[in-house]
This record gives sequence, C-alpha cells and structure tokens, in this order.
Amino acid sequence: MKIAVLSGKGGTGKTLVAVNLAAVAKEASYIDCDVEEPNGYLFFKPEHVQTEKIPVKIPIVDENLCNGCRKCVDFCKFNALAYINNKPIVFDEVCHSCGGCVLFCPEKALAEKDKIVGEIQSGVSEKVTVITGVLNIGEASGVPIIKKLLKRADEDPKLTFIDCPPGSACIVMESIKDADYCILIAEPTLFGVHNLNMVYELVNLFGKPLGVVLNKCLEGENPAEEFCIAKGLKILGRISFDNELGTLNSNALISVREHKKYHELFSSLLKIVTEEVQHETVVNP
Amino acid sequence: MKIAIPTDGNSTETNVCLSFGRTPYFMIYDTDSKESVFLDNSAAASQGGAGIKAAQSIVDSKASVLLTPRCGENAAEVIKAANIKIYKTINDSIMDNINALNEGKLALLEEIHAGFHGREGK
Repeated sequence: MKIAVLSGKGGTGKTLVAVNLAAVAKEASYIDCDVEEPNGYLFFKPEHVQTEKIPVKIPIVDENLCNGCRKCVDFCKFNALAYINNKPIVFDEVCHSCGGCVLFCPEKALAEKDKIVGEIQSGVSEKVTVITGVLNIGEASGVPIIKKLLKRADEDPKLTFIDCPPGSACIVMESIKDADYCILIAEPTLFGVHNLNMVYELVNLFGKPLGVVLNKCLEGENPAEEFCIAKGLKILGRISFDNELGTLNSNALISVREHKKYHELFSSLLKIVTEEVQHETVVNP
Repeated sequence: MKIAIPTDGNSTETNVCLSFGRTPYFMIYDTDSKESVFLDNSAAASQGGAGIKAAQSIVDSKASVLLTPRCGENAAEVIKAANIKIYKTINDSIMDNINALNEGKLALLEEIHAGFHGREGK
C-alpha cells in the first residue's frame, strides 16, 4: 500500500505527517522523493545506510560522423545542443536524457554515456525502512531518481509513505503516479487554499483517491477547511498550531517517539487513512 | 561587420532588451551597408535552454559582435565558441551603443551570470 503525502507549497507539514505516520506504523517504509532537498532522514537518523549512485544517459558526439544536419539541435526541446564551428556541443546539465537526439541522428554520430545525477540512500530506523533520494546540485531533473526510488517501493509490499516534493510539477507527478492514496496537507490561510487547490487538481487529474490533513489549525475560521467542505473532500484529521510539536520538529525529533499524545494523534490518523485506503480499494479496485 | 543586439521591438526606434535569451527580437546591424534586419527570437518561448538557442541564432546570423546588458553562462559558451565578442551595453539606446562601439568606448562583458532560470524577471 503506497500513500503519497503532498502539498502545493513547502513548509505545510508533508514531512511532519509522512515521518510520523511511518514511525507510528507497526512496520513501514518512508521514501523521501523531495530529492532537491530531502530532510526526512534528519528525523529518522537511519542506520546501516547503503548508497546507490543513479546514472542517466546523455549524448556524446562523434565529430567525424556528424554531417551538420542539425536534426539533433532542432529536435531538443530543452535546447541542450548547439551547432558551432561545424560540430554539435552538448550542454550536459540542460539535457533531460530523453534519448531523442540519438534516435534522430541519421549519421549515428551520437551515442549515449552514463552521467551520475544523484544517489539513493537506504537505511533503517527502528521498524522503518528509510529511503532517501538525493539529486546533485545543478542537475535539471529529479525524475530519474524518483523512478528508482519508487521501484524500491514496488519490491517492498510494506505500508509505504511517499514524502513528495512541494508543488505540482513533473517530479510530483512522478512521485504520485503509482500511489494508492494521496494525503494533501493544507495550511489555514488563503494562500494555503490556493496551493491546496493546485495539488487537488493534479491528484484529480491522476484519478487518485485523496484526503486532506488540516495542519497548523487555529481557533476561528479555516479557509482550507471551507475549501474541503465546498469541494466535498474528506478531512482525515486536524493538527493544531502547537508550539510543543513545532519545537520537537525543529529539533529533528519524531514527535510520536517522544510523546504519548502525539503517538495517539498520529495513530488515529493512520487508522483513518488505512480505513480510507481499504475502502477505496473495495469501491474502486 | 555585423552587430547583434537584443531588442524589445522590431523597428529602429526600439530599445535594447534587458534579457538576452528571452528577448523578443534581435537586431542585426551591418556596419558596412548601415542596414538593420530584425530576427524573431524563437528561443523566447522555450521551456528551457533559451540562452543556448538564442546564441545559436546569433552564431547563424554571422554576427561578429554581440552588444547586450547581460548574458548567461551557457549562452556565453556558445557565443565564445564561435569567436563572437560580447560587449556590455551602456544604456538602452541602440544607436548610442553602436556609436560607442565604433568609437572603441564599449567594454567587454565580464560578468557572465549563472542563469536566472525563472528565478528573476526582466
């Protein structure tokens, strides 16, 4: 069972929810797909960490075979190739590794070579398998790393929490593609509603079942809650704006491992989420 | 000699554009015939790598000099590989800059930025 945790912006509490749900489960995997700035490992402090380098394919040019037709330059929609002084130049960091230029070259002057764009680190923290994707600084896309990360999830039938990158771009789509259920985290502000709507539309587009966790709840009106009611979205739980929880989190502590009340809070959230997922698999198998 | 300049519009009354990669037009000015030609910058709408594609059109235009307020590192790599000199513009007037170049008063663009990549507007 794969559960993705996402939000339209950073800082809403994706990692807080994903880490604590994984930590409160009997046995779980936590996969950090926020490869540009993974931080779940800071809480879990996993042991026995093993790393795997992740390569992508990028083109290399055989200048002797190139006839200057520029099919590769014209094909590349990311403009990773230029044709200067009668030879193609490849901008490695702009290349998205689609392989199209190699396929289109009529002279077979382009071949592919491996380039390392990041790594996957996997370790253990109590009963949680912690898998982290790390994209090297300056690289264009974290998608190849996320693909590998989620392949690990396929090999592992355990309850898996996918901590997604913020926003609704390619890397988020890649992260939720194979999820069985999506948890959307929302802040009680108008800005929060705007961001919630972005991910809501995305998750809808993918036809995934979803529920919302309202984080940082204060007394009084909650625009995110009003949005959920208006759209008929399931509210899975509410987390209060809580200094103590914030402090534990700032100190990179997992609140369910520190305090009974947080253990209870996230246990009941996990129970609701699990019921929702099971319900969804019965209704929409 | 041909001079390339990123411009906001496609007539001689227009100004120098602040962006290189995503400028709407390039003016190619021929110092011998004193004629100007405007190129649509097809790179302006690119998803990524606009600087590289814009630089490719400058190379293909056979310009030997580029006058621009700024230029990113990928674009500069293409321009420099083609032995085109990059000078920094002094203001937004096209003629002021062409005259300054002719009088040898323009300095080479030293600051090559790492690219804004959507982080900063024009």
